[in-house]
Amino acid sequence: MKKKSFGNRFVASPYIVWSVIFIVVPLVIMLYFALTDTNGVFTLENLANIGKYKKAFGISILYAAVATVITLLLAYPMAYFMTKLKISSQRMLMLIVMLPMWMNFLIRTYSWITILANTGLINTFLQKLGLSPVKLMYTPGAVILGMVYDFIPYMILPIYSVMSKLDKSLLEAAEDLGSNSLTKFRRVILPLTRPGIISGITMVFVPSVSTFYISQKLGGNKTMLVGDAIEYLFNLGPDYYNVASAISLILMILILICLFVMNRFSDDEDGGVII
Amino acid sequence: MKKIAALVIAVCVILLSFFLSGFEGYEYADLSLRAEYSKEYEGTSLTVYNWGEYISDGTEDSLDVNKEFEKLTGIKINYLTFESNETMYSQVKNGGVNYDIVIPSDYMIQRLLKEDMLREIDTSALSNYDLIADDYKNIYFDPENKYTVPYNVGMVGVIYNGAHIKDIEHSWSVLWDKKYKDMVLNFNNPRDAFMTAQILKGYDLNSENKAEWDSAAKLLKKGKPNLQAYVMDEVYGKMETGEASIAPYYAGDYLTMVETNPDLKFFYPEEGTNIFVDSVCILKNSKNYEAALMYINFLLEPQIATANAEYIGYASPNTAVIENENYCYYQNEILYPNEEDMPKVQYYHNIDDEIRRYYENLWIDVKLD
Repeated sequence: MKKKSFGNRFVASPYIVWSVIFIVVPLVIMLYFALTDTNGVFTLENLANIGKYKKAFGISILYAAVATVITLLLAYPMAYFMTKLKISSQRMLMLIVMLPMWMNFLIRTYSWITILANTGLINTFLQKLGLSPVKLMYTPGAVILGMVYDFIPYMILPIYSVMSKLDKSLLEAAEDLGSNSLTKFRRVILPLTRPGIISGITMVFVPSVSTFYISQKLGGNKTMLVGDAIEYLFNLGPDYYNVASAISLILMILILICLFVMNRFSDDEDGGVII
Repeated sequence: MKKIAALVIAVCVILLSFFLSGFEGYEYADLSLRAEYSKEYEGTSLTVYNWGEYISDGTEDSLDVNKEFEKLTGIKINYLTFESNETMYSQVKNGGVNYDIVIPSDYMIQRLLKEDMLREIDTSALSNYDLIADDYKNIYFDPENKYTVPYNVGMVGVIYNGAHIKDIEHSWSVLWDKKYKDMVLNFNNPRDAFMTAQILKGYDLNSENKAEWDSAAKLLKKGKPNLQAYVMDEVYGKMETGEASIAPYYAGDYLTMVETNPDLKFFYPEEGTNIFVDSVCILKNSKNYEAALMYINFLLEPQIATANAEYIGYASPNTAVIENENYCYYQNEILYPNEEDMPKVQYYHNIDDEIRRYYENLWIDVKLD
């Protein structure tokens, strides 16, 4: 094993300092708050009272799971389709996929209000056609749509990157050996792109399950996801920091469990696995 | 070369737009003042902490109250704003800034007084104090008028869209009426949301009876399927565009909304409603007491108070404003209802910490339900 030179360490040090201050220290503070009461005395009460929020956890996990499945179903064929195009078109499409990510996600979410609202684009159009308006906003569907729209690039990118490196000769070999297209997909393409899928699922599910704001704006503030509950409690003031930290801690543990389970599926091989 | 030219043009455009927007000069108004203002405290400064959008600030050809005061007295005003009484409280209590003047609401003033954070105001030194209407003197939080000078008054009512709803019962029960499913908004803060249910149930808004809070929470949960959304500032957009049809909100804000959408109507529910008074206070640790008195006296000047009342749109406790025929809300029946149209009103009081935590937790239950 190569010994790290002083130069290497020196170059890495700004980021190490950064991550200690802004990642490790906050985690320790969160842990401290989660395990103490308002007077700073050790207690497990915050964690014991988490049951009250089980519905928020349930809805968050459900919405995030549905959103992840939808993004996967949309992104996989999209990524496949992109790899079939000539390089310049691939670049163009990549740009289109990336473009929304250059905008703040709050603005992207807000723009859906003008589309989905009762007085929004879709309903105005329906009324012009003489049809009756449909309730699109303030529904679970709107919240899930918001998640899908905001996070779909994170699904397309890793799948596309794995798929574009797929060795064409393997596909030809499968055909030569008599596979029909279904078998070819099931036995060759799917297993080889699995690292991309796993990484995409992680990158969509994790931010979806902890998201806030989307449900506030598109769901009318009526369903509280875990992220909303945490935000709301912190806004209520110092009395609620402990409970909010406990919820954050549980959420983090749940996410880590998910990541651990996902990584079991990924064969520990090369490819786009992030964590 | 072309690139450099493009860059130069871009920089010019940016600079020009700055000049057109930000650096437009303010033209001082001709002031006709009741009191005399000396330059005795020239060079000193005052830190004023007020609600956002709660003073006439020179935009849209209004009068810039702070600039006028600075010109008149040479006292520099550091003007800072807050979004809720609670933020104001934590800033004043723990923040590093030394505030001189704050303008919080009734129940928060009660709390500041309880914690001995306010300094007595010598009203005899305020030559314009006689302009305050008697109705707004001796209010519960300051029964002897020793610590506060009323600034603005407001009541909560129900705004509805006359184009969507022809006849409406003047009651809080409309928020629960199945007829209006998905058309109704409610406050996204616990105290005001609970108020709508408490008044409908006939409870005291400052009840210390947990069972009453429980039953109000139950009522709020029951109304949730009827509701389109819980909102605060978004109420403007949603009511003005007709996205929602019924929303409880502050009367003064209704007057702003109706300018955009003339279909909007307003009523005070017959069961009663919440009234609030925001008053000017001087903090105990103020280092410039005399200048602060001068500023408060200036706020009471008929011309200044009228500019503020027109800009903010809330009711003024200043008789020079109320009786001014040129005031744009002169005898406005929503801001200044006649005695027979005046709803039954209740103030918020500072609630004991235990009860406050109790209802905040109930509110979380309502939101989680």
